Amino acid sequence: MKTLLMFCCLVSAVSTVHAEKITVAAAADLKFAMDEIVSEFKKSNPTDEVEVIYGSSGKFHAQIRQGAPYDLFFSADMAFPRELVKSGFAASEVKLYAWGRTVLWSGALDASKMTLADLADAAISRIAVANPRHAPYGKRAEEALRAAGVWDQVESKLVYGENIAHTAQLVQTGNAQVGILALSLALSPELSPKGSYRLIPDDLHEPLEQGFIVTARAGAKGLAWRFAEHMGSASVREVMSKHGFVLPAGSAGAL
Amino acid sequence: MHFVEGDFQAIWLTARLAGIVTLVLLVLGTPAAWWLARTGSRWKGLIGAVVALPLVLPPSVLGFYLLLAMGPNGPMGKLTRHLGISPLPFTFEGLVVASIFYSLPFMVQPLQNAFEAIGDRPLEVAATLRASKLDSFFTVAVPIAFPGFLTASILTFAHTVGEFGVVLMIGGNIPALTRVASVQIYDHVEAMEYSQAHHLSAVMLGFSFLVLFALYALRPDPRRRG
Repeated sequence: MKTLLMFCCLVSAVSTVHAEKITVAAAADLKFAMDEIVSEFKKSNPTDEVEVIYGSSGKFHAQIRQGAPYDLFFSADMAFPRELVKSGFAASEVKLYAWGRTVLWSGALDASKMTLADLADAAISRIAVANPRHAPYGKRAEEALRAAGVWDQVESKLVYGENIAHTAQLVQTGNAQVGILALSLALSPELSPKGSYRLIPDDLHEPLEQGFIVTARAGAKGLAWRFAEHMGSASVREVMSKHGFVLPAGSAGAL
Repeated sequence: MHFVEGDFQAIWLTARLAGIVTLVLLVLGTPAAWWLARTGSRWKGLIGAVVALPLVLPPSVLGFYLLLAMGPNGPMGKLTRHLGISPLPFTFEGLVVASIFYSLPFMVQPLQNAFEAIGDRPLEVAATLRASKLDSFFTVAVPIAFPGFLTASILTFAHTVGEFGVVLMIGGNIPALTRVASVQIYDHVEAMEYSQAHHLSAVMLGFSFLVLFALYALRPDPRRRG
């Protein structure tokens, strides 16, 4: 009888653990880093389910305001999560988890020797950037082009990607000769064998501070907080910097 | 209502795109529909299926393949380079080509139905009066199938106006060149300019309703004729 009772307790304990599932909305520049982080997390938490959806930060921001079922939101900037905190859609403060870097990337040309000034060259007819109206990487690309003094020469050559991953696709297919992309995408297995890149000096644009929040609906979900905590771990920091992100000092996961 | 300058640009661009695509598809789609309606060929099923593909394909599939095909390493990209014209992605011409694929079934299928409904008899009568095939097509088939032409043209125009995914993927979102009304609305929403998105969306809603209303109201109703 005692054994049976213990067995029942065990089964119910296991099934409660099993029931934990979170959905993470992550900016497109995190695609490769986050895939790795989640698969590592699952190794040490085999019963938990973590589902990640990638897209543009602006779209996730609007969706969360309309009640989208996301438990954590990793933005490519600080402004979107900050606004969610201000209007009560977050259970945590905004936590800075990384700085993104921008690069010039090309599959057709040797981008490793290129500077922003070279984009004015008549041989380059199409330059892909993310849409500056709502994509953080697009805003930074525009700032850098203005700071480098080439905006007026290149504006008519710009084509706009919907988010940074779509922008990468426009260059990778050769439809634009050059693009301003996230370093994290340039280092990805998808892009790195197919082209070359050069870092854009980060003093040419505002920093690409990236913040995340636990959303209000996930306030009582243990798994959401455990995943947030996990973001500050040494292994995650290693994965993030391997994928081209610059990390803030100290523990990023402490909320 | 409040519109920004880009809205008018986008509406005019959309109307131009839909108009050109409708005209081109009238020229290309009519012979295709005629052949499909009258042929006994064993290829009919295959060609019919290919024509209908854009009805079921997600726009993302069409957009992705068009982007690859039109790119410098794709077959269409090689063709345009061979012909010495500029590559198609990110251009108005590129949108026209993409929309021709995208709207093809909306032109061909109503026309095919209209041609099939004519039957053999009127054309046989025309032949006994020694009308040439081309002559009987224009003097017999076209007038009888006229409502079909009207339906096909309106549907093609309206469907091209409603295009979004393909344009977003291959257009590059360039003002006055590839930023059509649906993409402009998407940009307003993404930038959280909801009131501007509302205004342009209301125009699209009104337009779409009027087009479909005209289509259903103008269509001859056999029961009413009695």
